[in-house]
Amino acid sequence: MTTEQQAPQASGADLGITPSQTIGPFFAYALTPRAYGGPELATEQIAAEGVAGERIRIEGVVYDGDGAPVGDAMIEIWQADAQGRFHAAGNAGFTGFGRAETTAEGAFHFETVRPGAVQGPDGRLQAPHLSVSVFARGILVRLATRIYLSDEPGNAGDPVLMLVPADRRATLIAQRVGDTVFRFDIRLQGEGETVFFEA
Amino acid sequence: MSLIYPPGSLKSHPLNASPDYGSTLKRAPSKPLILLPHTLSETTGPVFGHAALAAGDSDLTRQHQGEPLGERIIVSGRVLDEDGRPVPHTLIEIWQANAGGRYVHVRDQHPAPLDPNFTGAGRALTDEQGRYRFVTIKPGAYPWRNHHNAWRPAHIHFSLFGPSFLSRVITQMYFPGDPLFKYDPIFQSITDANARERLISRFDLATTEPEWALGYRFDIVLRGRSATPVEEPHDH
Repeated sequence: MTTEQQAPQASGADLGITPSQTIGPFFAYALTPRAYGGPELATEQIAAEGVAGERIRIEGVVYDGDGAPVGDAMIEIWQADAQGRFHAAGNAGFTGFGRAETTAEGAFHFETVRPGAVQGPDGRLQAPHLSVSVFARGILVRLATRIYLSDEPGNAGDPVLMLVPADRRATLIAQRVGDTVFRFDIRLQGEGETVFFEA
Repeated sequence: MSLIYPPGSLKSHPLNASPDYGSTLKRAPSKPLILLPHTLSETTGPVFGHAALAAGDSDLTRQHQGEPLGERIIVSGRVLDEDGRPVPHTLIEIWQANAGGRYVHVRDQHPAPLDPNFTGAGRALTDEQGRYRFVTIKPGAYPWRNHHNAWRPAHIHFSLFGPSFLSRVITQMYFPGDPLFKYDPIFQSITDANARERLISRFDLATTEPEWALGYRFDIVLRGRSATPVEEPHDH
């Protein structure tokens, strides 16, 4: 546009998308308002007790480029249910969506069930995984990543993991550290930097 | 029908490595992003209905006993996709500072008064035509420590889902004519001037209500076009 008047914003096919901006440090009372007594849209509980599937807990810490914990990040998860279905009707207690604010120590966790395999490129099955968005002060565009689970034999042939250089794949794989607990740290920058995707 | 998400549309976004905004220095990935194919994991996403809302969630001036201080405003607009199609029934969450430029957050140390009648958080769903409407208070500018004499332009944070995890976006709405735009590294992190303009709401007399509140219009464009036939991928 070269005219001085601002063009109408809803004018047709040449619309550009609305740019992203940082979530900033002060999102909590709107997005993760538990500490403020507000109504929570989503929490770290993605699957309620009793939902079909193997219960798992995923926990980790978000670190910055200095290795310092990021205490003002928000993590969102999107995943299929244990049968590999998104939006499965009748699967009460399973939202597929989780949202958590990191603690002052940078920690987050989610309570869910192990996702089933979902179809991927060329109709091949992907290994079970969870989709992740990372938001924080200093992050201008959400960082997209994935969580795979260390005891899944399908990881070896997963079409998305195969796109990642072999020496970085481990950053996408949550390690089992207990009967039901997997550890997944997120490193925003530097040594051991988590693989982030352009989606 | 599945949706097509052209990667070119991402050029409107800022780069996470935007060093004038100091917080990016240790938080922006240093390695290149890896292009992710769009599988069901990306082209689906959470859906929220009216159960996610409570009465009054979209009127931030009615959440406490009394009237908040400051200038009452109406913010409305439409949520559209890149071809101008409305995005109906999508959740919008907003948050903002009060009229004095202070957030209700334990870590906000700006010495401006808190307003007992203003929390600054709201939610709305778009209707069939993608329209939404909030009533709120015009937020104040506030200082931050990014650089000497740094002040954020007045803004309202917007969080939207759209039809998939790929259309998920968090952004900020600004007000027309703000003298702080050219000094603000967060606003300026968007390198495309046209894209920056899209974050500036417009004063709108049609939204304005007589004897009551000024109206601002803010349309939001999410990624995603309707699928074209697989056999004719270049056909419109």
